Amino acid sequence: MADDQMNGSQILLKALEEQGVDVIFGYPGGAVLPIYDEIFKQDAIRHILVRHEQGAMHAAEGYARSTGKVGVVLVTSGPGATNTVTGLTDALMDSIPVVCLTGQVPTHLIGNDAFQEADITGITRSCTKHNYLVKDVNKLARTVHEAFYVARSGRPGPVLVDLPKDVMTAMGDYTPVSRVTHRTYKPRMKGDINLIRRAVDIMAAAKRPILYCGGGIINSGPAASQLLTEFVRLTGFPCTLTVMGLGAFPASDPLYLGMLGMHGTYEANLAMHGCDVMVAIGARFDDRITGRLADFSPNSKKIHIDIDPSSINKNVPVDVGIVGDVGHVLEDMIKVWKAEQASPDRKALAEWWKSIDRWRARDCLRYENSTKVIKPQYALQRLYELTKDRDDVYITTEVGQHQMWAAQHYRFEKPNHWMTSGGLGTMGYGLPAAMGVQVAHPKALVIDIAGEASVIMNIQEMSTIAQYRLPVKVFILNNEYMGMVRQWQELLYGGRYAETYMHSLPDFVKLAEAFQAVGLRATKPGEVDDVIREMIETDRAVIADIRVDKLENCFPMIPSGAAHNEMLLGPGDEAEAPVSEEGMVLV
Amino acid sequence: MTTETETEKQTTIAVLVDNEPGVLARVIGLFSGRGYNIESLTVAEVNTQESLSRITIVTSGTPMVIEQIKAQLERLVPVHKVCDLTMDGAHVDRELALVKVKSTGEARVESLRVAEIFRARVVDSTSESFVFEIVGNTGKLHAFIDLMEPLGLVDVSRTGVAAIARGSRPL
Ligand SMILES: Cc1cc2nc3c(=O)[nH]c(=O)nc-3n(C[C@H](O)[C@H](O)[C@H](O)COP(=O)(O)OP(=O)(O)OC[C@H]3O[C@@H](n4cnc5c(N)ncnc54)[C@H](O)[C@@H]3O)c2cc1C
Ligand SMILES: Cc1ncc(C[n+]2csc(CCOP(=O)(O)OP(=O)(O)O)c2C)c(N)n1
Ligand SMILES: [Mg+2]
Repeated sequence: MADDQMNGSQILLKALEEQGVDVIFGYPGGAVLPIYDEIFKQDAIRHILVRHEQGAMHAAEGYARSTGKVGVVLVTSGPGATNTVTGLTDALMDSIPVVCLTGQVPTHLIGNDAFQEADITGITRSCTKHNYLVKDVNKLARTVHEAFYVARSGRPGPVLVDLPKDVMTAMGDYTPVSRVTHRTYKPRMKGDINLIRRAVDIMAAAKRPILYCGGGIINSGPAASQLLTEFVRLTGFPCTLTVMGLGAFPASDPLYLGMLGMHGTYEANLAMHGCDVMVAIGARFDDRITGRLADFSPNSKKIHIDIDPSSINKNVPVDVGIVGDVGHVLEDMIKVWKAEQASPDRKALAEWWKSIDRWRARDCLRYENSTKVIKPQYALQRLYELTKDRDDVYITTEVGQHQMWAAQHYRFEKPNHWMTSGGLGTMGYGLPAAMGVQVAHPKALVIDIAGEASVIMNIQEMSTIAQYRLPVKVFILNNEYMGMVRQWQELLYGGRYAETYMHSLPDFVKLAEAFQAVGLRATKPGEVDDVIREMIETDRAVIADIRVDKLENCFPMIPSGAAHNEMLLGPGDEAEAPVSEEGMVLV
Repeated sequence: MTTETETEKQTTIAVLVDNEPGVLARVIGLFSGRGYNIESLTVAEVNTQESLSRITIVTSGTPMVIEQIKAQLERLVPVHKVCDLTMDGAHVDRELALVKVKSTGEARVESLRVAEIFRARVVDSTSESFVFEIVGNTGKLHAFIDLMEPLGLVDVSRTGVAAIARGSRPL
């Protein structure tokens, strides 16, 4: 035995430190006691004790999305591990880099139905980017380094490392990160230059182009957002963003058409429908975007830039598919565009912008305001107006109508300031995510725009927020309904509101107080500004209970199974809702 | 571009993977989780030194689905290489079957005669049964098994398809 041997837990912590980890979100238990004992003895890495392992996962996601770093979770075996499954799936769907460390029963007990044993690598095989079971202490450091590499490289995602208790107490050797290279996983960063040239030629010949951009730009890093902004302004082409892409291009730019998709703007969706050239950049043609596939942008040539070859031609066949990192590809594209002095048909482009301006004039996010009840859109507009001048605002959301209204009405100028559960749509994401963001940015204004139903799903994290004195703001648009589901019931199920009314809600002001936070409430439009101001000025956690119109619907809306040009713009459109039988079975 | 009208075709894919625990489960899970067909799947270690296994999968789908299957396989972390043998030109595919036939009299004689035509070997015999070993492509094996059916077929064990590209190039 060499002198410099360490036990598994020490090796683990050293590997984490070498990976630049400064915070772990975790929850202890029998199988991870040796690791917690080492955590106790050091202070390089901070441990945040959550109240539920799902909370740890979403906190790590919020941390990761707002910093560009890998989020780290540590939980015990069995129930601790299974409680991370929703968060892992969420991170997989939204391409968020997270390393989840799970305790496991000692190797000789694996397979014996031992106490708190769960086959977590088996359970999570399909909801992680990759997972590992470490059986040999001498492979521990290497595996941890690999896990971080896999989590952050290529299309990012969650990686789980299962750590049997005996491995964490066994003595072994450390392998520094410099000695670890991956045998197989080497994602392609540079795009094929010939394809980039072809793409530029197609774009230069476009008469009605659109750039459809997504979360991949955020994944690539802030430089990619800069390059995108440069490219959009260079071409003068209209740009639209997905829910996951918000912030990748400044919302204040006149070339921005707003969000697209099911609850996107009229102008963005009609431009997608009518374009002759579509350039998808780090976006994955999700069904919330495409609507009825057969009628999706029927007359366009399509170019797709994505780091994951499986995203290309998955749902929508494209004419040019470029595999590579958006940052690298955009850099080359800008070079080629300039070198070839690409000059699109300015007259045609002007015509195209004229149509777009006509669609814009519909002012599709308009709503009937009221002096009696608080409209949720109004509350969000006020929240935006009263916070927009600060550059340290981070918004997270739960899932439902409030999430879509937030996406429509809160305008982002920069990447990494917006965290939402897009692909999985996980209610209960927003509060723990906000907690993770606040841990990463202690001084920032972090707001969870919440629905009253969603926020209850992980409300226990208010206790974590209290323990670490995190000044997280919870802005609840309280409509006493699972509003998004109720809306579908209204539009598609004859207004039969089966089980969507939230009976017996807690008093959120008292609830805040019980968690040592400040509780505020607004019931009339005139109170909204004061509540928002007080919320911002309070240097502690706040729950603001905003009592909004109970039956407001979120428009615009493309009913599932419909095409982009069959959009419902407002209450007046409801009567002729064209939902086909095929549409009814979709979600 | 339209592909919805394109028809399904059978494809043989070779996948070189790290021989680590769970790798086969990953591949199979990918097929079941995403609703792809598996018509045949074989796996065995082919390089002990580097601990590499080769998986041969016969599947079917439209060209867009086949492209997606390959991209999804390539995305698995322990996968070294994915090769579409059907698309990349000529290849040889072989399967082995052990076929048990129980019969006496005329049927027994006939089964031996058919076996000879198919170049199947007798690897076990009792007074009332034979076990034949037959090697060939899947079509040949089907034909043989079909002919054995009325001659007292009682049991079949097949290996699944192993395939390799023609010519001198490695995978
Ligand atoms: C209630 C509800 C309603 C919704 N309505 C809408 C809606 O109206 N509009 C909408 O847009 N969404 C909506 N969504 C979200 C939707 O479900 C999807 O999550 C979202 O559309 C996907 O965004 P994306 O295409 O940008 O892909 P992401 O999920 O962000 O995927 C990123 C893509 O970029 C690629 N990528 C990653 N890194 C890189 C890199 N470095 N370089 C290149 N490529 C990279 C990935 O491979 C992937 O293909 C809704 C969600 C909910 C819960
Ligand atoms: C964990 C989970 N369960 C169920 C759903 C289905 N679902 C989507 S939105 C929604 C209602 C959300 O209600 P609320 O948080 O009050 O938001 P609102 O729509 O009212 O703004 C439900 C139940 C989900 N997305 N996630
Ligand atoms: Mg609600």
